[in-house]
Amino acid sequence: MRYAMAIDTKKCVGCSDCVVACQIENNVPLGYCRDWVTETVSGSYPNLDLELRSERCNHCDNAPCVRCCPTGASHIVEGGVVLVDGFKCIGCGACIESCPYDARYSHPDGYVDKCTFCIHRVRKGLQPACVSVCPTKCMYFGDLDDPSSEISELLQNRKWKVLAPEAGTKPQVYYLI
Amino acid sequence: MATRRDFIKITGLGVAGLTVGGVGTYQLLKGASLWDSATIGDVERVPTYCEVCFWKCAGWTYKDKEGKIMKVVGHEDDPHCDGRLCPRGTGGIGMYYDTDRLTTPLIRVMENGKQTYRKASWDEALGLIAENMKAMAEKYGPESMALFNHGSSGDHFERLFRAYGSGTIAAPSYAQCRGPREAGFKATFGATIGSPEPTDIRDTRCLVLIGSHIGENMHNGQVQEMSDAIDRGADIITVDPRFSTAASKSKYWLPIKPATDLALLLAWIHVIIEEGLYDKDYVEQYTTGFERLKNHVRRMTPEWAYGITTIDPETIRQTARLMGSAAPAVIVHPGRHVTWYGDDTQRSRAIAILNALLGSWGRRGGFFLKEKASLPNYPYPANPTPKWDWKATLRGRYPLADEAVTNALVDASLPGGEGQEQMIHGWIVTGTNLPQSMPEKPRLQKAIDSLDFIAVVDTMPMEITGYADVVLPECTYFERYDDLRAAPHREPSIALRMPAVEPLGESKPAWWMCKQLGERLGLSAFYPYEDYSEVLDWQLKQVGSSLEEMKHLGVKRWPRKSADLYFKEGEAVTFNTPSGKIELYASELESAGFDPLPNYTAHPEPPEGFYRLIYGRAPMHTFSRTANNPNLSDLMKENDLWMNPKVAQIWGIENGQKVWMRNQDGAYSSFPIKVRVTERIRWDCVYMVHGFGQTREALTRAFGKGASDSEMITTVMIDPIMGGQGMRGNFVTFSIEEPKQVQSL
Repeated sequence: MRYAMAIDTKKCVGCSDCVVACQIENNVPLGYCRDWVTETVSGSYPNLDLELRSERCNHCDNAPCVRCCPTGASHIVEGGVVLVDGFKCIGCGACIESCPYDARYSHPDGYVDKCTFCIHRVRKGLQPACVSVCPTKCMYFGDLDDPSSEISELLQNRKWKVLAPEAGTKPQVYYLI
Repeated sequence: MATRRDFIKITGLGVAGLTVGGVGTYQLLKGASLWDSATIGDVERVPTYCEVCFWKCAGWTYKDKEGKIMKVVGHEDDPHCDGRLCPRGTGGIGMYYDTDRLTTPLIRVMENGKQTYRKASWDEALGLIAENMKAMAEKYGPESMALFNHGSSGDHFERLFRAYGSGTIAAPSYAQCRGPREAGFKATFGATIGSPEPTDIRDTRCLVLIGSHIGENMHNGQVQEMSDAIDRGADIITVDPRFSTAASKSKYWLPIKPATDLALLLAWIHVIIEEGLYDKDYVEQYTTGFERLKNHVRRMTPEWAYGITTIDPETIRQTARLMGSAAPAVIVHPGRHVTWYGDDTQRSRAIAILNALLGSWGRRGGFFLKEKASLPNYPYPANPTPKWDWKATLRGRYPLADEAVTNALVDASLPGGEGQEQMIHGWIVTGTNLPQSMPEKPRLQKAIDSLDFIAVVDTMPMEITGYADVVLPECTYFERYDDLRAAPHREPSIALRMPAVEPLGESKPAWWMCKQLGERLGLSAFYPYEDYSEVLDWQLKQVGSSLEEMKHLGVKRWPRKSADLYFKEGEAVTFNTPSGKIELYASELESAGFDPLPNYTAHPEPPEGFYRLIYGRAPMHTFSRTANNPNLSDLMKENDLWMNPKVAQIWGIENGQKVWMRNQDGAYSSFPIKVRVTERIRWDCVYMVHGFGQTREALTRAFGKGASDSEMITTVMIDPIMGGQGMRGNFVTFSIEEPKQVQSL
């Protein structure tokens, strides 16, 4: 099993519903976020291109945050999902420094926090909160090891990219372009 | 938008004062890992429909074991949202948790020579309002009491006003928003558009947006269907001086010179007729006035429009052909906020005509034929007939106004002059922040100063509450019953809103306030119930349901009673126009003395050094209503001023720099606004999101964040056909330094 997310930039309108749904679902304190939206404008008037991306932890296959964690708080569970055990975390911040996606933040309660792919929901057969609310249905979550899953088929049939491939982290959040 | 950049500024490790091992309260939950906490508490859900905007998506409010609201999610069976709320709906719980909420009635008093508010009991506050309403009825007649309303609470007050004897009732959703399109489509098809719009976007092959920025205006069902249409390979054409989100998803972006849209529309009509791209059978069978239209647009060539719009003729032709090839599965979208230049009904007419030529009205992928669930009215006694109502405030103007015109009510509240008496002497305002929902603030202030009495009902200390003699604190939609939602859609449906929790503090639902006022006004016969749920249960039982059933269902749908969603091939249709046909040539406009066919007129241009101010929406906010919402302000705290790099260079303004705005009438913005230097906008205009720049300190999160476009809209261009207030004839320039004397107009 290999959980992954694919996000269709052709459909995303950057509304940030994913952000607020995550904050509410996961009790993320106001002022912090586990996912966020970026806007990239290229070209010059009137020949322009705009890419909106909902970004988060990439749950990398080769996760530097897990490697560098001195206490084992950052660890990998089923489907390759990278989690932080808040009880083991000493808040040293090594993982924050090591992440090429700037996906982790220091929770005011003293541990490092980030996207969990809403594994607590996934274990109950639900979609991650961000995916479940997205009004444009531009986000897909599923198992890449299952070739007939929607996400596998999308990655078969559509052009896609990942962020910072040069970092060698083998990220598992894919952007359909 | 919450961005990682914002986040870095806020946290930066080492600053946070780490409390190792302190994992908050969640470790107490039985056997839960830290991350299970959020769903463990879900023990109950109750139905609601959202009140953050007018789309009214149905959802479920989830509560935890302690009965605390945890989250609200879309109702899976709701045609408005298809199980998915927008960010405002998801963040709607912030409206309940907002610590700045009004929680007690307030009465204006003099203290040490200064006006201030003091807390009052409900009995006192309601008594004072009833006393004033009685005095008003005796002195000037109940008609002189006006209601400005928006949203669900307005419905309860509207019933109170009708029972009291006043039909002087208006909402800014008409003359400050969608009114012109309703008038324009009615004059053409004999039917208004209404809300939600019956646009069949999910099945369209070509969606044409003219100044409509779906995706930034988060009208949920439309955004979802636009996304579906993109999936199915539909083409989008976006006409906007700004490279909007929708423009970025379009096959064609036409960066039109602002204020010239009507010229483009006429040129499109020209091409579609001259190149024979129109639906000949449809036009033949259903329309009247084609030959006159053809002659009218003969010289309105793409070359003619090029000089006006700056859109090159070939692009105009190509886009017209694209529409023609997609027809009838094409939507030239009527837009929503369309009060721009004072000739807006005529522009909406041109849009309606285009749709008629393409045969999209009543066709799959065009406009579907909507149907609404019919709910019988509760058996209230008959209302008294007012001697006059809002129509009298038109004073012979705006003959095609189909709904009340807010600005006409404001006019009629001003002291008489030139033989015109002040007609209105008291206001109740519910759920609308008039200083931001209407332009011309000085006029509004003058009108309010002329009133004997004004009461305001709101959940938040919005700016309008500062003008009130009495402020009534309404509870939020999570804490109250309201009317059943029965909006027209593809299939008829109803949705229930019920309280998930008790009202916070002393706040109360609008139905309760109205019942209390009614009883004090001797109108007890109109309030024969203890709780509004009795009314809902009665209504539901008439349609074979019950409150009990709806508490479980939330949404109930029925199959259509009327025929198909679309016209059948060749079906005989009678339109509700004088001719019974779709009127390309509008006889109703002609007999009212207006152009029966739309004409382009040039609008004022910015003076040197000024830029046309255009404004719009952000997906995470609804006007000023959400500016203080803790969850939504966390996503977007302030607006910024979009400026082309060429303009920024001339002024030496850098990205992120704050400037004050000054408009052509000398009005300054109360607060500075951050400039966003971006290629995404033309150089002859600037753009900002509406609803920011709150001037009330009681709104602790929103106060002074960003600037208010409404403050810059001091010149309006009135649509003589229906009274709409065109707001895009205002121009701003910039002040790098804080203005020494801020003029408050």
